[in-house]
Amino acid sequence: MFRPARSVLSFLVVISALTVLWEVVKLLGGDPSEAWTPPFQWTVASDLNMPHVWDIAASFVEPAQRNGPPLGLVLVNAGIFTFREAFGGFVFGALLGLALAIVFVHSQLLERALVPYVVASQTVPIIAIAPVVVIWLRGGWLAVAVISAYLTFFPVTIAGLRGLRSPDPRALELMRSYASSSRDVLVKVRLPAAAPYLFAAFKVAATASVVGAIIGELPSGIRDGLGGAILNFNQFYVSGPPKLWAAIIVAAVVGIGFFALVRVAEVLFLRGRAAPSDA
Amino acid sequence: MTLSVVRVRGVDKVFGAGADKTPALEKIDLEIPKGAFVSLIGPSGCGKSTLLRLIGDLTQPTAGMIEVNGKTAHRARLDRDYGMVFQAPVLFDWRTVQGNVELPLEVSAKNKSARADRAKAMLALVELTGFERRYPWQLSGGMQQRVAIARALSFEPAILLMDEPFGALDEMTRERLNLELLRIWKQTGTTIVFVTHSIPEAVFLSTHVAVMSARPGRIIEVISVELPQPRNDLTREDERYFGFITRVRERLRGHEVGKPGAAEVAAS
Amino acid sequence: MTRRIRYYGPAVAVFVGVLGLWELAVRALGIQQFLLPPPSSIGSAFAEHFDELITVGRNTLVEAVGGLLIGGVTALVVAFATARWATASRALLPFAIAANSVPIIAFAPIMNNWFGILNPLSKMMVVAVLVFFPIMINTLRGLTLVDQASLELMRSYAANELAIFAKVRVPNALPYIFTAFKVSATLSLIGAIVAEYFGGSRSALGQFIITEAAFFRFANAWAAIVVASVVSIAFFLIIVAIERVAIPWHSSARIADSS
Ligand SMILES: Nc1ncnc2c1ncn2[C@@H]1O[C@H](COP(=O)(O)OP(=O)(O)OP(=O)(O)O)[C@@H](O)[C@H]1O
Ligand SMILES: [Mg+2]
Repeated sequence: MFRPARSVLSFLVVISALTVLWEVVKLLGGDPSEAWTPPFQWTVASDLNMPHVWDIAASFVEPAQRNGPPLGLVLVNAGIFTFREAFGGFVFGALLGLALAIVFVHSQLLERALVPYVVASQTVPIIAIAPVVVIWLRGGWLAVAVISAYLTFFPVTIAGLRGLRSPDPRALELMRSYASSSRDVLVKVRLPAAAPYLFAAFKVAATASVVGAIIGELPSGIRDGLGGAILNFNQFYVSGPPKLWAAIIVAAVVGIGFFALVRVAEVLFLRGRAAPSDA
Repeated sequence: MTLSVVRVRGVDKVFGAGADKTPALEKIDLEIPKGAFVSLIGPSGCGKSTLLRLIGDLTQPTAGMIEVNGKTAHRARLDRDYGMVFQAPVLFDWRTVQGNVELPLEVSAKNKSARADRAKAMLALVELTGFERRYPWQLSGGMQQRVAIARALSFEPAILLMDEPFGALDEMTRERLNLELLRIWKQTGTTIVFVTHSIPEAVFLSTHVAVMSARPGRIIEVISVELPQPRNDLTREDERYFGFITRVRERLRGHEVGKPGAAEVAAS
Repeated sequence: MTRRIRYYGPAVAVFVGVLGLWELAVRALGIQQFLLPPPSSIGSAFAEHFDELITVGRNTLVEAVGGLLIGGVTALVVAFATARWATASRALLPFAIAANSVPIIAFAPIMNNWFGILNPLSKMMVVAVLVFFPIMINTLRGLTLVDQASLELMRSYAANELAIFAKVRVPNALPYIFTAFKVSATLSLIGAIVAEYFGGSRSALGQFIITEAAFFRFANAWAAIVVASVVSIAFFLIIVAIERVAIPWHSSARIADSS
């Protein structure tokens, strides 16, 4: 079921519920003020650790630095920057992932030789190699996109393999009986069958690409994106906790937004098709 | 009149409401005597499964009443009077063959050793001794269906409800399982309600064949199959056997072309 | 035996081939250490710092395992509790999926502030939040996506909700749960390392890699990367082994049996 209006509405309800819960926690265990002394004193709920919702909201309109533009604007720009890296990484990763899946479906030798390393690749802490990649590619958002692609291609390859293998063997035999080329089989049978699997993977990949972009920014000295903003506001956390929270909220919005975008594409593209039960 | 195990009176079943309202069954009357083997036969979509599910209290009638062993169908289900066998075996992958047969006994909280003994006996009945420790996916389709039958029989249900249990099997396996089912039926004395698409199968197995019509689903006639018991391979060569097959076929066809005489309802 | 060679041979050949090429390329092209140290110097760095690498790797593994346990157990409890109410869990699922697309890593600095930068708990909590959503979503799917016929079968036995839960829903969910834990095993280690990047004990993989790289000791950093990868693969394989024992009936085990 997919009803945008309803899901947006219930989303707002959940956000408001979380906001209220947040303030209730502060009411119970936050810092005392002139108006109210909370019954408990929880470190986690202090103004330093959990700033008031209104303080976070206010921080969006206050300037990020003295005489600078408002934080909100800075973060939106950073969000767009990170989204661009993530989107680039998503496209690279999806193409690479799909290409690998197609190769593996056609060559058992290559599948056996390489799939273990495709799996192992995801155990390498990418944050540790990020600086090297940045030097190789001479910095800039492209380098971060490549780092992001490293996290993105994996789910696409795995789901792609399953999806390309999903058509009924009889359908493949039927195509063979028409003397179709394996390219025809790929385009007419395998890829359409794989589409629902691929979209399931694209949703995972969208999230991974945003994570990859943020992680990629951290060690590479790129300060124009959300990763940079988080690192920056983390250093000055004591002087302004709401700013870090604001950056995190924007990061969450970018993550959920990219996911929702892929979801909408999925609905449009797969209209009238039943989703595979296991993807 | 003998004691009825199942008594269906004036049952209607309507699915959905408004525009997609589907009347599945209309004015169903059916009496099933104790120890009978009753087959339900009719065109696809005529409501055979629905009638079976109504008797088993897996769905409720829109009108009319169903009595099982002198109780409501609901009470009978809670008293565990039913053994169900579906078209697919519906075995649990995570249980061994023996574990699957023990399942209903576990649910009715029988003790462990009684469960194991009973399961062993039931597996012997369907000739699967030696397969207790196997998993369902290690068995053939026919063996899986036999496990499902052993499971349904394991808690000695008063009634066995079978919905096309052999529908997915090949002719040879099907004929062998037919003989096994008859042997089990004789041995246990349960009442069986059996849904099938195959006229010869219905005639071969049953004491009564209930012929149904489609849209709305009704019982056109209940034919008593007076062939000698026990049935065996010789039965399939008996002239009367072919006579009954012809009769059931004509009843089915007769209704399809809409002969005026076909409207007469003759329930037991 | 020959079947084994045919199965694993190509992968082994790639391993040896890539290492050889790597070594050759670094030497022949004179690639600088900071770009890519050759396998041989990574190997000797590994041997030289063996004890330290083991300690560092163990500390990070503790964070990862601790986080996976906290997050995993919480996720299982939440999923089991909400699966009782089908409508509640159906309403919950979209939000869990949305929350899963939040880059959790962004919370690492917050956790450092909450639990103390040197406290391993701060890293565990990042990992816990990271693995919570995939495990909860998968468990909920496993508990609710149950074959309709199985439920009817149980109803025909007049089974109560508890029996249906214990005998149908939970066994049905086990493969989903293991899949989630397998993914989360690698995720937890990466999560711990990234969390360490925002500050933490010197004696952990993330900080070790940063420090060594900062002092241009790249072979040491790469040795630590190899340790991270090996620990993560080992963690994954341990969960696979538990899965084999716990759900021998599952199809992933079946394929292994038949080959
Ligand atoms: N759950 C349901 N909701 C709506 N309609 C249903 C439902 N179950 C059955 N029906 C309708 O009731 C009618 C009878 O269905 P039923 O499954 O009982 O037929 P059947 O005789 O068993 O058919 P078949 O031989 O193909 O198994 C059909 O028209 C079907 O569409
Ligand atoms: Mg049916």
